[in-house]
Amino acid sequence: MIEIDEITKLYEGTAAVDHVSMTVETGTITVIVGTSGSGKTTLLRMINRLIEPSSGEVRINGEATSALAKHELRRRIGYVIQGDGLFPHYTIAGNIGAVPKLLGWTKDKTRARVDELLDLFSMEPAQFRDRYPAELSGGQQQRVGVARALASRPDLLLMDEPFGALDPIIRARAQADLRHIQRQLGSTIVLVTHDMEEAIHLGDRVAVMDGGKLLQHGTPAEIIAAPATDFVAQMVGGVDRPLRLLSLIPVSEALEDGTADGEPIAPDTSLRDALSLCLWRGVEALPVADGDTPLGRVTLATIRARAAELA
Amino acid sequence: MSRSGMIRAACVALLLALVLRPHWFTPVFAPFAPAGGPVIYERASILSLSLSHLGLVALASGLATLVAVGLAILVTRPAGAAFLPLSRTITNIGQTFPPVAVLALAVPALGFGAGPTLVALFLYGLLPIFETAIAGLSTLPPATMEAARGIGLTRWQRLIRVELPLALPVILTGIRLSVVIAIGTATVGSTVAARTLGEVIIAGLLTSNTAFVLQGGVIVGLFAVLVYDALSLLETALTRRLGRQSAGAEA
Amino acid sequence: MAGLSPPGVLFAVLGLAAIFAPFMTLAANRIVAGEGRALWTLAAPQITGPGIALMLLGLALGLPAARPFLRIAGAALGLAGLVWLLVLGASSLLAEAGDYARVSPAAGFWFLLVVFALMMADALSALSPGPAARAGLLVLVIALVGALLWSGALSNLSIAQEFASRKNAFYTASLRHLGLAFGSLLAAAVIGLPLGVLSHRNAGLRRALLPVLSFLQTIPSLAMFGIMIPVLSWLSGVIPGARAIGIAGIGFAPAFLALTLYSLLPVVANVLAGLRTAPAATLEAARGMGMTWRQRLTRVELPLGLPVVLSGLRIVLVQNIGLAVIAGLIGGGGYGTFVFQGLNQTAGDLILLGALPTVALALVSAIAMDILVELTTPRTEREE
Repeated sequence: MIEIDEITKLYEGTAAVDHVSMTVETGTITVIVGTSGSGKTTLLRMINRLIEPSSGEVRINGEATSALAKHELRRRIGYVIQGDGLFPHYTIAGNIGAVPKLLGWTKDKTRARVDELLDLFSMEPAQFRDRYPAELSGGQQQRVGVARALASRPDLLLMDEPFGALDPIIRARAQADLRHIQRQLGSTIVLVTHDMEEAIHLGDRVAVMDGGKLLQHGTPAEIIAAPATDFVAQMVGGVDRPLRLLSLIPVSEALEDGTADGEPIAPDTSLRDALSLCLWRGVEALPVADGDTPLGRVTLATIRARAAELA
Repeated sequence: MSRSGMIRAACVALLLALVLRPHWFTPVFAPFAPAGGPVIYERASILSLSLSHLGLVALASGLATLVAVGLAILVTRPAGAAFLPLSRTITNIGQTFPPVAVLALAVPALGFGAGPTLVALFLYGLLPIFETAIAGLSTLPPATMEAARGIGLTRWQRLIRVELPLALPVILTGIRLSVVIAIGTATVGSTVAARTLGEVIIAGLLTSNTAFVLQGGVIVGLFAVLVYDALSLLETALTRRLGRQSAGAEA
Repeated sequence: MAGLSPPGVLFAVLGLAAIFAPFMTLAANRIVAGEGRALWTLAAPQITGPGIALMLLGLALGLPAARPFLRIAGAALGLAGLVWLLVLGASSLLAEAGDYARVSPAAGFWFLLVVFALMMADALSALSPGPAARAGLLVLVIALVGALLWSGALSNLSIAQEFASRKNAFYTASLRHLGLAFGSLLAAAVIGLPLGVLSHRNAGLRRALLPVLSFLQTIPSLAMFGIMIPVLSWLSGVIPGARAIGIAGIGFAPAFLALTLYSLLPVVANVLAGLRTAPAATLEAARGMGMTWRQRLTRVELPLGLPVVLSGLRIVLVQNIGLAVIAGLIGGGGYGTFVFQGLNQTAGDLILLGALPTVALALVSAIAMDILVELTTPRTEREE
């Protein structure tokens, strides 16, 4: 559990981060979202003390970060930045093994960990281990950046706009991969982004910041359904809000018995995508099936009712 | 006046005094002269040595600039492109030739006096200018060049109105480098009997008179610093003007 | 013109013109001005014929644009022809002249040498050989030139006679020149690297240091050497025991100190530039993963900046090999001794005896350092 307690950063008397408190539960993704200058990156960088707070403190599993030497604290926390920041003169294995090497792991242990991580990110170890970052595509470099941050099994992973440099299609895939790997490893992640779509998609919890203040901190559904301020409402997209809410609910939660015509959809499809398909096919209902097993159907009327009930 | 302006003015005043009224400095240099020996160089007037020194440098650098920029224009045209790798090779190899050796090698061919010094300064001065001129002319913003073609400028017009003005600050860097090297190297020309301020220094070395060495060294050093400074100012002014112009064009 | 290499055409034109220039000079003795002799007047046609033919063939082989190997072969043939004419021409000219006669290569020879050397360099640059190939080539060329010099084939030339009468002085001067150039490089590196690293971390030091070092560079070399003389004779008087370890107002010490002072700016400036080559994101990541500043320096900044640091050392080495000539003026030894003696006696060959090794040393050092710089460039950048 990460506790951020009344943390403040002053630059020449102006607060870049102003008395922010929040708690990040172990094994969850918290996304801090805000416009540029909102203080979100400053807040993130105060967690691993790349920036020293002016006041307040951060505790990781009850232990204050100020109690540790800075570099030792950072070796326990994974850190991923936009544009990956890989070492151009190290091989992929060298990059991923950088923190284990700092921690004094044996060569065999490091090597095994590197291969394990490459496998996890579906990059064939034999093929990628000895290559250099410049020989990889942007998406692959980004995955190596995340793998490097996970190498020493850190208590916490900090990510600063990790997908900012990727094009939309690769970004969607990278987000899905991250979600998948986080579920598998049970990692605790704090991620900073300016993209509310990304925040809603990835976050177990979303924290909205503006002008150095934490405006609202809650589940994506809470943020969309009950924005605390006008600014948050604007961030979650005004008239798009019902659609965003529907995007958080899988059709499995709105199933009813019966059948419908057409290609069946998977139960983890979101209601938003189901709505889109209904409109596109010009039908009132879609069949839902898990592989070859029919589960029932979802209807336009149900979707409309769910949207109304949430608003 | 700004602080750097004041330092500049002080340097100019000091230099003028050293060149025009060398005797004012007798008390300054006296401690370095051998007992009873001369303090201030008197075998030739410092003014005439300075003029001859600067004249040699100006002539050599002027010729070097003309030839180097001309050659750079040639090899950056499509017709001369085949010579580009060769020119790069020549510049790289040529710059490893020590200036003193070039000077010495010019003597068997040209005899003593100003001739070999001029040739050595010219040859040695060519390379930095040629190098930066090629760099300046071959790294112009592609969008600007495309626009120049788009509005219907001929090749010649593009060269005169767009390419050369844009490359000028970079070319000036090469000229500055070349001129400063030439001012220093010209002193060595006095070993082959060219009339330069090196005469004062060499007289000091031959008679173990440090006063002469300092007198000559300080004057040459001040010339080098002031010329370097003046050319830097010119370069900054040009760069800033180009910067403003292109910013204005985008706005 | 299709299929012809434009530089090849230029070389052919220049080469043909140079064939008509005086190829060698024959002088009655060491000091008097000689008389220039054209190629075909050096010796009997059965001697000059093959040499001229080799050079013409070489120039012709330099023409096809698409065949760099052919052009390299042409340059090699041309150089062989040059050496053939130089060796046989010298002995034939001496045979017809008096006891004190001297022969030297003249403008035509030097011009043709430059033409064929450039032809070789141009063809090589078209092949863009890797560092290993270039190193091999460098060793091969040094071995060939060394073999030619050792064989005694050139001993009839005037410069070789100057050398023969000064063998020991030449070896002493060589050692001294190398000592001055490499010693001052080492000293500048030992002082400049830490200074560069410290001023990278400390902006105040950087702002104070760089103007001082730039100022040192503007002092004309001649004056710098001169100023060191009183400074060191003062030091040797003040510091007990200084004279015993060789610190004195004349000779090696002032030259060494002058060269070291000149070298500091390029070393420090390139260390600073090199340490700045690491991308900001990479440094941020290194900090974020918990590297101490020492680890960032040794694992990220220095390895990435090494090529730039080495290019600084290359500049210094080439510059010092050249400037060390001036040591000859203040009794510091080295090749400058011959250059300035030659200038005093108007003995052109003595000047060459000092200048040619200096130029060769500078060239070889520059090429070797370039290879080193390329080898240390991170693989990824080289492949891009």
